Amino acid sequence: MSHALEEAPLPAIDASQAVAVITGFIRSQLAQTGYSRLVVGLSGGVDSATSAFLAARAAGADNVMALRMPYRTSAVESEADAMSVVTALGCQTELVDISPMVQPMLALIPGDEDAALVRRGNVMARQRMIVLYDRSAAFDALVLGTSNKTEALLGYGTIHGDMAAALQPIGDLYKSQLRAVAECLGVPQPILSKPPSADLWPGQTDEGELGASYDDLDRILFALVDRRWTQDRCVRAGLDASLVERVARTVARMEYKRQLAPAAKVSLRTPGIDHLYPRRRPGSRRELE
Amino acid sequence: MEYRIGLAQYAPRLGEVDANLELADSWLRRAAAEGAQLVAFPELALSGYLLSDLVPEAAMPATDERLGTLSRAAPGVLVVIGFVEETHDHRYCNSAALLRDGELIGVHRKVYLPTYGLFDEGRFTRPGQQIRTQEVGEPLGRIGLSVCEDFWHPSLPMLQAQDGASLLVNIAAGPARAPGSAAGTRSIAGWHKMQDTYALLGTVAIAFCNRVGNEEGLTFWGGSRILGADGSVIAEGPLYDEALVMGSLETDDLRMQRYQLPLLADERLELVRRELDRVIGERAGMPVSEDTAE
Repeated sequence: MSHALEEAPLPAIDASQAVAVITGFIRSQLAQTGYSRLVVGLSGGVDSATSAFLAARAAGADNVMALRMPYRTSAVESEADAMSVVTALGCQTELVDISPMVQPMLALIPGDEDAALVRRGNVMARQRMIVLYDRSAAFDALVLGTSNKTEALLGYGTIHGDMAAALQPIGDLYKSQLRAVAECLGVPQPILSKPPSADLWPGQTDEGELGASYDDLDRILFALVDRRWTQDRCVRAGLDASLVERVARTVARMEYKRQLAPAAKVSLRTPGIDHLYPRRRPGSRRELE
Repeated sequence: MEYRIGLAQYAPRLGEVDANLELADSWLRRAAAEGAQLVAFPELALSGYLLSDLVPEAAMPATDERLGTLSRAAPGVLVVIGFVEETHDHRYCNSAALLRDGELIGVHRKVYLPTYGLFDEGRFTRPGQQIRTQEVGEPLGRIGLSVCEDFWHPSLPMLQAQDGASLLVNIAAGPARAPGSAAGTRSIAGWHKMQDTYALLGTVAIAFCNRVGNEEGLTFWGGSRILGADGSVIAEGPLYDEALVMGSLETDDLRMQRYQLPLLADERLELVRRELDRVIGERAGMPVSEDTAE
């Protein structure tokens, strides 16, 4: 499908303008919450590296704690790549090996079939969330998310795991846009050029799991979501019919991951339905002693 | 005569009315010190934009003494400022107050409340029912106020121009959409085209004050502008950053501009009204008049 698709382009972005908007957003979230620091999980991949670079630019490297949280099966180059980000930024860092925390839980999950693999991956993602939130309390910081728009739309993330965060700096950037932003920020080249992977088991790649390249997925998502095209129009523009259909179905099926769980309305006023406030308002900012 | 305008392009704080009054006071004093005779603030400058259910808490009547007190900080200066207005019968409106020396000269209640896409204003505030101009004395004579989305409906600025305005003041809280993409550039270009066109067709000066800063995930884009009645750009603020945007109109030019380009005087208001009445009637399913003779 990767021939010239002029009618269904990749979502372009002026990276320097995106950086200006996102760093302004991060600073504003810090100011509105009364925090000055951020913790971010650093995997060695491009998403978390970009998030860390944005955090350092917005809050200052001294105010950023990058947590490396390998599992015993994590790729060895992941640690080197994560450290290259720490070195480039001069931010703080800690290493927390999640293997001894995760293994007792994994021992309860039988088999090596696909379902078990996904369950194991979810346990790792949620264990990292526990460590991030614990360290955020110790470091007096907000947890910075590392999920991008492609993942969020396809539900390619663990609910209450890697999707858990206080704010999502790259949450409205498609993977292909994110690469441009990463380059603009100076994310080290080895991170930019390796195939994206959640690194939850050896040999795992995002594109292998998603069954398509990020470029193909982004063309379809940009057309369906941002331009509100019908599936039919996507196909007429040269996008692959079966992939378009699968992407549309996945976006709909994963809606639940992008919203708070609903409550049955039994009262006069219900949060999320008719108790509607901005997240931050007078009185909600934490006041330091 | 030179008439100096200041646009306070800054970021109000969401829900913090007292803090916003202080902020407005400092920007007003700064603009007055630079010689501004009219100072415009952004939409909802006293409350912030994404209020949702904070609307009643942030609201005040247009006669609230805090508004008068604010304007008295700059003697003789016209102040246009956005706030959540609570009417005497408890309607909540997204309003612009026009003040001078503590006196409330007029109020414009936002007529068009965007309730689509990323906007949800009609969920929390009620639309205004009047499109008027205000007499402010020489050299401007009358001016027309509007709030953000109002300007996306050309009937409003063209009515105000017909009603005698020499200057249209639009105050805004315009969030950037897709910044850094072609769509984002088109969105800002749309604002520019519209303002340029109103100045040209209305032979009317324009002052547009748009806020900056962030609320939740929104980033407001600024880019405040002052246009002459010939469509020339007199001043333009930066995108995204705070700025006091200052510029001067030459009000003596208006007389010859309107002689050379007498569009306002040539407007066929009665004809427009007749045809509007017909369109309104037909849409409502009223019988179509048989009398079509010229």
